[in-house]
Amino acid sequence: MSTPYAKLPGWVEYGLIPLINLAVAFLVAGLVVLLVGENPFEAAYHLINGAFGRGEYIGFTLYYATTFIFTGLAVAVAFHAGLFNIGGEGQAYVGGIGVALACLWLDQTLPWYVVFPLAILGSVFFGALWAFLPGWLQAKRGSHIVITTIMFNFIASSLMVYLLTRVLKPLGSMAPQTRNFAEGGQLPKLDWLLSIFGLDVGTAPFNISFLLALAAAFGVWVLIWRTKLGYEMRTMGHSPSAARYAGIRESRITVITMMISGGLAGMMALNPIMGEQFRMQLDFVQGAGFVGIAVALMGRSHPGGIIPAAILFGVLYQGGAEIAFEMPSISRDMIVIIQGLVILFAGALENMFRPAITRAFAMRGQRAAAVVQTKGA
Amino acid sequence: MDNIAIELRGIDKSFGPVHANNDINLKVRKGTIHGIIGENGAGKSTLMSILYGFYQADRGEIFVDGKEVAIRDPNTAISVGIGMVHQHFMLVENFTVLENVMLGAEDSQILNKGIAKARQELKGLEKEYALEVNPDALIEELPVGLQQRVEILKALYRRADILILDEPTGVLTPAEADHLFRILGQLKAQGKTIILITHKLREIMAITDEVSVMRRGEMVATRTTRETSVEELAELMVGRRVLLRVEKGEASPGDVKLAVEGLTVKDSRGVTMVDDVSLEVRAGEIVGIAGVAGNGQSELLEAIAGIRKATSGTVLLNGQSVDVTGHRDPAELRARGLAHVPEDRHHVGLVLKFEESENAILGYHNDPRYLNGVFLDIDAIRKDAEEKIAKYDIRPPNARLKTANFSGGNQQKIVLAREMERGPDVLIIGQPTRGVDVGAIEFIHKRIIEMRDQGKAVLLVSVELDEIRSLSDRILVMFAGRVVGERSPEATEGELGLLMAGVEGRKEAAE
Ligand SMILES: Nc1ncnc2c1ncn2[C@@H]1O[C@H](COP(=O)(O)OP(=O)(O)OP(=O)(O)O)[C@@H](O)[C@H]1O
Ligand SMILES: [Mg+2]
Repeated sequence: MSTPYAKLPGWVEYGLIPLINLAVAFLVAGLVVLLVGENPFEAAYHLINGAFGRGEYIGFTLYYATTFIFTGLAVAVAFHAGLFNIGGEGQAYVGGIGVALACLWLDQTLPWYVVFPLAILGSVFFGALWAFLPGWLQAKRGSHIVITTIMFNFIASSLMVYLLTRVLKPLGSMAPQTRNFAEGGQLPKLDWLLSIFGLDVGTAPFNISFLLALAAAFGVWVLIWRTKLGYEMRTMGHSPSAARYAGIRESRITVITMMISGGLAGMMALNPIMGEQFRMQLDFVQGAGFVGIAVALMGRSHPGGIIPAAILFGVLYQGGAEIAFEMPSISRDMIVIIQGLVILFAGALENMFRPAITRAFAMRGQRAAAVVQTKGA
Repeated sequence: MDNIAIELRGIDKSFGPVHANNDINLKVRKGTIHGIIGENGAGKSTLMSILYGFYQADRGEIFVDGKEVAIRDPNTAISVGIGMVHQHFMLVENFTVLENVMLGAEDSQILNKGIAKARQELKGLEKEYALEVNPDALIEELPVGLQQRVEILKALYRRADILILDEPTGVLTPAEADHLFRILGQLKAQGKTIILITHKLREIMAITDEVSVMRRGEMVATRTTRETSVEELAELMVGRRVLLRVEKGEASPGDVKLAVEGLTVKDSRGVTMVDDVSLEVRAGEIVGIAGVAGNGQSELLEAIAGIRKATSGTVLLNGQSVDVTGHRDPAELRARGLAHVPEDRHHVGLVLKFEESENAILGYHNDPRYLNGVFLDIDAIRKDAEEKIAKYDIRPPNARLKTANFSGGNQQKIVLAREMERGPDVLIIGQPTRGVDVGAIEFIHKRIIEMRDQGKAVLLVSVELDEIRSLSDRILVMFAGRVVGERSPEATEGELGLLMAGVEGRKEAAE
């Protein structure tokens, strides 16, 4: 017996149910806003307006979305092989080293389009390295990835503090960050993309790494559903015993999957470092690695779901900042609560409304059939 | 009319294009055992799932004791007195028997009180129906026969008057099956109504009062068991005459293809499962391993197939040694001409969430014909799957359908097609026809014999003594991990039975 629930039409499965979950999340969030004595409609207005009201806001929304696409894909790839990579945060952080090195080395002599590919390679290399170790530890020593990746987040954090205060910091500077990159270390904005729609990107750091994120999403789809490696990963993810039977080596797939996952997380570093700040700062990841878990959950680990989920979280980040700015009694923490509610309803409680909806559909089908029958008779 | 326990009127159910139940009418009389038979995918499980509230019919009515009921979910089914024992058990593996029986029917919030009461009630049920099982045993440690008893107890504990059993004997040894039938007889004597789905016509003849036949989603006939015959039923099911006995010529064994010497396998707790087993299979012969389930046959096959580590012993495949104790690689063994149909198709032989075509290459996904470099050649994979679907008459013929949505027998055919169509030198098969209908059994048996006649070496494990006797050229009997005797297929059932029970074997070994 696979699932006790009958199959639902596609538009219900992938459209209606997520929408209902989302609606409930916002309803509860609205109640929270009401509880602190603010007007939920006003908050909703600021959320939407803050995320879409102007070209600049849209630019910010998509800038955040770019980050979340990378980290969401990272988590999703691991999911498919049955691995729970909680280390996206640390992998993205360490991935920054690769980006920074490429930029610090070449930014003054070469144009961005030469530095960018090298920075991509660097970010993938360092991100993958940071995921390789937990993967290898699980494959060879049986240390569970959930534990080790969390530990590696902390190690990454300490490592980066060390690097940014001792090694990568320019002499004489007080701030724990690298020097500012010259032009070669700065990614061009996608202002032309928004101007197609008559929008002005303004100061928003919406940059070319968004396109890289879309390409990565496509790449992940190809990897998972169209390559032999993806097939092996999915086999292991669904049934380790079937994988063993098929001669798929668990340790090999574990290590490779973790490296791909880490590489994707590492690429996230390109967006803030080369696209916004033009230097590497302390804590530039800002929790995006963890948001990636929610994005992957909501997007059902499918790139086609991860992109909209990432945009949704972009909206929550950008619009949420706007709420905090416009409505002082709603603090930043409240925004985090709202984000948490979305994760709760859309991710963790994903199946809460499914039985009821399924039943409603079964009943509707029955009645429709009955009508046909009586007419026929 | 009040002696009708269940009546179905005009039940209709489609899954997309598959019309699984087409205007089904059925009456089951109270206090009888009513058999339902039909080919794989005929819609039996679907019909019972509708009765038990797992699925909603698109159309049609259900009457229980003459009253129309709307069965929305299993809870409603239970509340009107319907219990079900599923084709694949639904027990919590690391719960005890008692906990499983209580699960979802805990009377009180305070578990302790409930437990004491449940224990008592369970004792009563056990006594009443001769359903002995230790209430404190963990499910995962029980053999399947006992797990099934737990399923029955679960239903009775919920005061079921009508019990649905979906292929209950598929996983049982003959002795366990006999015991089950005694239990069912007992239940019937107490006035319970039983609906029994099975592919084994012998069982239908032995125990049912009436039998209904389904074919391709329709209910085609209902017969009083006393007035029908196995031949008639088989014909009704398949729509043509079925050969119930395999025809096979003399074997002409050639070179030794598979040689096992002193193989010993221990499980994770260090218990010896296979104890110093040696055997040989030659090209062009079928060697059958008979034995009560759990006597090491499964572990033996797994060790040979490279998915379980042996502690000692050697295996030669095509005369070349296989590293059974060290680095084992099932993929390499496949490349060397070994094919393996595992006993457990759900957890080992298939990935239920994959579409059919993806399962059709499981284990052979390294074959260049399915690949374009590192990419899967989806067209080639689907085409290959479609050929196998056609050749093995897998239904519905849809290579893109999720494997979990195929009926049990068709899932088995997916595995068989994959492993047999390779033309391996050595084929090892565990329970080839578990859950498979008579028509398909005929087909599978023919294919196995064809493989033999093409000069393949076949090692067959089955708990169906009939199957072993009709297919094998030589029979080895396993008991407690050891091969306790070799017999020719002419050996009587009684003789083999004694060996399987370890009675004769001990004497033989002592001599
Ligand atoms: N959830 C589902 N989605 C799509 N098709 C399904 C689903 N469940 C069953 N089917 C299809 O409905 C048909 C009837 O299946 P069912 O499981 O009832 O057969 P069955 O008679 O029990 O067969 P078997 O003897 O092999 O167990 C099959 O063609 C099967 O593939
Ligand atoms: Mg069935």
